[in-house]
Amino acid sequence: MSLPARIVTLLVAFLAVAAGVAFLVVHYLLTSPATIDYTAGVTPNTGATVNVVMQEDAQNTVSSHPDWVSYFIQDPKTHQWQHTTLFSVPAGSRINMTIYGYDGCTPLRNQVFAQVTGTIGGVAYVDGKQAKAIDSWAGCNVGHTFSIPGLNLNVPMATPSLTANLCATSPCTAGPHRTMTFSFMTPRSAGTYFWQCRVPCGGGFIDGFGGPMQTFGFMTGNMEVVS
Amino acid sequence: MAASPTEAPQAGEPKGPNHGLRIFFIWLPLTIAADLLIWIVLGPHLPPGSMTDTAHSQQWDILVLAVLAVPIVAFVLVFAAYALIMWRHREGDDEDGPPIHGHTGIQATWITVTAVIVLFLAAFGTYELAWPGFAGAGAGEGPSAIWTPKGGTPLQIQVIGQQWRFTYRYPQFGGFETTALMLPVDQPVQFNVTSLDVIHSFWAYQLGVKSDANPGVNNIAFTTAKQTGKFIVRCNELCGLWHGAMVNYGQVVPMATFRAWAAHTEVQLAPITALLPAYATVYDPTLIPQINKAMAKSGIAGANGYYYPPNDPVQP
Repeated sequence: MSLPARIVTLLVAFLAVAAGVAFLVVHYLLTSPATIDYTAGVTPNTGATVNVVMQEDAQNTVSSHPDWVSYFIQDPKTHQWQHTTLFSVPAGSRINMTIYGYDGCTPLRNQVFAQVTGTIGGVAYVDGKQAKAIDSWAGCNVGHTFSIPGLNLNVPMATPSLTANLCATSPCTAGPHRTMTFSFMTPRSAGTYFWQCRVPCGGGFIDGFGGPMQTFGFMTGNMEVVS
Repeated sequence: MAASPTEAPQAGEPKGPNHGLRIFFIWLPLTIAADLLIWIVLGPHLPPGSMTDTAHSQQWDILVLAVLAVPIVAFVLVFAAYALIMWRHREGDDEDGPPIHGHTGIQATWITVTAVIVLFLAAFGTYELAWPGFAGAGAGEGPSAIWTPKGGTPLQIQVIGQQWRFTYRYPQFGGFETTALMLPVDQPVQFNVTSLDVIHSFWAYQLGVKSDANPGVNNIAFTTAKQTGKFIVRCNELCGLWHGAMVNYGQVVPMATFRAWAAHTEVQLAPITALLPAYATVYDPTLIPQINKAMAKSGIAGANGYYYPPNDPVQP
């Protein structure tokens, strides 16, 4: 092979490999759901109150995995529901969480996560009624949890009744649901805190912990604390 | 071309420098200095510390391996540096080097030294694993422990791995379960390590304890902390998206502090303890009748504690 042909072959091979690597990086590593900003207009470390609103649905008809359970977060500016599990909050602030539970029940694998921990007062409210724990084995009571291990925060999510006709189009705007409210304080320094659901709700995956349970935008995500 | 260490000088040629001796005299002080530094200065700070006898034993093993490795590493580095300096190509020297002949002495020395090192390490490693009484090196012993520590009835702590957090259950204190791991000092502890989903591994680093957490299996490991203080617990088996975040800190405290904490926590967690299944050496969802009843109520029939039946259409 002549020298120019060898150089051209080498260049083409190099460019092909570089293009492949670039595709992998951009397509798989740099793409992520949007981060909903709850920090606008709030001064960190002043104890200011921030209202974060989410919902959990039995399905996700806005994604390529329509049968995966999913959380949604409400954008505070537009009040539109976003298919994401990433949100940012100011440091040293009181977060008032409201989570609408549209999904049905699945019993917890470990009942220790039936208890409410890490919230202000150690309580959560189910449709305004105070609860320190929700027994998921006693009946059809718990669909998911909202847990931030780094803050020892765990709140089981109550569910509509077993016979309820669940909302089938996400994000849900109507249909039977429970409203969970609770509050917690964010740390005073910046950091990223992952959160997850502890109910094995990844149907069809090993131990119910695959698929949506391990994918950003569905049942796990990050809470970015901004100082 | 300068002479190599194994060349045979031709008759009548002037004898070159003794490269082997030169290398030896460079290597020897370097090795002694490095080994002394490692033994005296670095040794006491090597991981995992000396919070327990097991950890101290592991620290000793690492020290012995480091001290033994230094002469070999030093020889390779010294030889490479010497070769680069002494036997590099020189301007105008385009001759072939002299032929290399075998050297029985070097070959015999090499085989003997490496054989002695390997055999010593095999004997040393076997002894360290077997002492005392085949207790292993802080590893899980399986469901039937072949060695138990002296010093009274061990404190029982069940370690439950789950994606992605360890929880700890204290059966001798009403069976409460918590995310905090607290141990009393100078008290033998029996960890009953299990998992309720995938395989995890309970690695209490400063305690020198590492025990796989397998679903449906009670993997027993023992420890006796000799010092108070914090230690880190990590999952040591890749277990999913947040495996890297499956970390928490444990604490070794005086016995009185531990008793006070355990008594307080038992009372504080009594309402949630009432919701837990009866204590068993494994925490297997398929064996917990309440889960199966709850599933039947929820309409997830036929899963038998596995949550989703095998014919579930959504497969990864």
